[in-house]
Amino acid sequence: MRSETAPWGLRIATVGAIAFLNLPILFIILYGFTTDEQSYAFPPPGLTTRWFAVTYARADFWAALSLSVQVAALAMVMALVMGSLAAAALYRFRFFGREALSLLILLPIALPGIVTGISLRSAFALGDIPFSFFTIVAGHATFCIVVVYNNVIARLRRSSPALIEASMDLGADIFQTLRHVVLPNIATALLAGGMLAFALSFDEIIVTTFTAGQQQTLPIWMLAELARPHQRPVTNIAAITVMAVTIVPILLAYYLTRDTQDAAGSGK
Amino acid sequence: MLAVGKREGGNVPALALGDRPSRMTLSTYLYRRPRLVLVLLLLPPALWLGVIYLGSLGALLVQSLFHIDDFSGQLVTRPGIETLARLFSPTAREVISRTALAATIVTVLCALLGFPLAYYMARYAGHRMKAVCYIAVMLPLWSNYLVRVTAWRLILAKEGVASWFAAKTGLSGMLEFFLGLPGIGGPSLSSSALGTVITFVYIWLPYMILPIQAALERVPRSLVDASSDLGARPTATFWRVILPLAIPGIAAGSIFTFSLTLGDYIIPNLIGTSRPFIGQIVYQAQGTAGDIPFAAAFALVPIAIMAIYLMLVKRLGAFDAL
Repeated sequence: MRSETAPWGLRIATVGAIAFLNLPILFIILYGFTTDEQSYAFPPPGLTTRWFAVTYARADFWAALSLSVQVAALAMVMALVMGSLAAAALYRFRFFGREALSLLILLPIALPGIVTGISLRSAFALGDIPFSFFTIVAGHATFCIVVVYNNVIARLRRSSPALIEASMDLGADIFQTLRHVVLPNIATALLAGGMLAFALSFDEIIVTTFTAGQQQTLPIWMLAELARPHQRPVTNIAAITVMAVTIVPILLAYYLTRDTQDAAGSGK
Repeated sequence: MLAVGKREGGNVPALALGDRPSRMTLSTYLYRRPRLVLVLLLLPPALWLGVIYLGSLGALLVQSLFHIDDFSGQLVTRPGIETLARLFSPTAREVISRTALAATIVTVLCALLGFPLAYYMARYAGHRMKAVCYIAVMLPLWSNYLVRVTAWRLILAKEGVASWFAAKTGLSGMLEFFLGLPGIGGPSLSSSALGTVITFVYIWLPYMILPIQAALERVPRSLVDASSDLGARPTATFWRVILPLAIPGIAAGSIFTFSLTLGDYIIPNLIGTSRPFIGQIVYQAQGTAGDIPFAAAFALVPIAIMAIYLMLVKRLGAFDAL
């Protein structure tokens, strides 16, 4: 379908950008195996696999990982519910304040994370609300709503409203239509949006530092690790572990939403 | 919109299918009251964003009106402009303009670097190649932010990859030249403003590529063909047809690169000079200094800058390309 070949300059720029994006990841992996635990000398003096054992033997790594998974799971569920409800409302209805609401949904990611963080921190301080698991989730859910919303509304806009009308005309009630027509139609958008929300929450550190007390999510644990002079490769092992686990969902999300990519380029 | 006229036709056969009447009644009840459905749909997200999020932004504003008493160190909750006035000190103004300048440079570089890849993906890549490119863009986005930043710290460190590479390829002189430049240089790349910008560009680049690619993907093939049929050379088609249609995508991507740079405090903390960014001031104020009012006041600055920025890019159609 696309028989044209790209000009040389464009190809070189493309390869350059891809290399720029991915070479550092190779260094993350390489430095997970280095025998040098303190400096950043290149090339590494020697290679070892002992950091895997060191990392996996640490209880605080597993505690941080487990907290991050729990926070991301709850934030994802909240984002899925609120994001898809908002998408349904904004797609189906015209109402007063519609523009304002769509801006409000977007605002938590259009404004820097530090604003969300310090705002919540200010509110907790005013209301004497102690930091907890739920204060972390509150911050994450707020900026995750938009990714689910974006995915779902893009899918709804492409699906024909006639489908819903037809279902109703053929005698299905609202719930049957929802169950058998709407949900299957937006299922992959929900999956992709949900996974993106999970990933955003899992990786988030800027907001979290303002909404977490003593609890350490994985990124906060890593930041604390980086400040320590020894065992630097431990953070790399943590990152390699997470990457190894997340590569499967990335591929899955791509294949699930690929058709919609091509159709309308809902590339986010 | 809901079409009221179809209602009766829809009811009868459904009952004949043997549905429980109670559910049917509820369904009909809801169908007849689209406003109620709207309210039910909107309630959870509007309450959350309206009360918790906007409420917090309100709390931010309230906190910025408080101040810490100079002598006692106690929080004074009588509203005043003592804290806000500190935003206009020369030091604060310097921090603000430095951060805004960095965000602008990062955004421009991201657009320049990201556009060719996005253009290649949208225009020339076949199915397989597009998948490869897509994963190459997504992989960094999905891998840990903090570790990617430290990857750059070890690449840019004094004895790191970059200087090793420069030494091997005889480019050390060039590296020295850049590090010697006043304003952007420093003792090593990882402690120079240049290093901060490189890391920012790296971290936010995918956020620029994806909306540009999506915008270019929407340019109809027929439009490009029409342009060449009407006698435009490929370069003219690019500048006068394709690029203008990509502008909303670039503007959408720039919201992320600009805003994320404006508020980040981790990257300038780990890589760069000791001259602080807005985010670092906010972080230090609420953390070590325990001065939430000042942190809140300083956080109003990126809000104000983003408000102006969003108004500007809205005109470019950024919101339609998000």
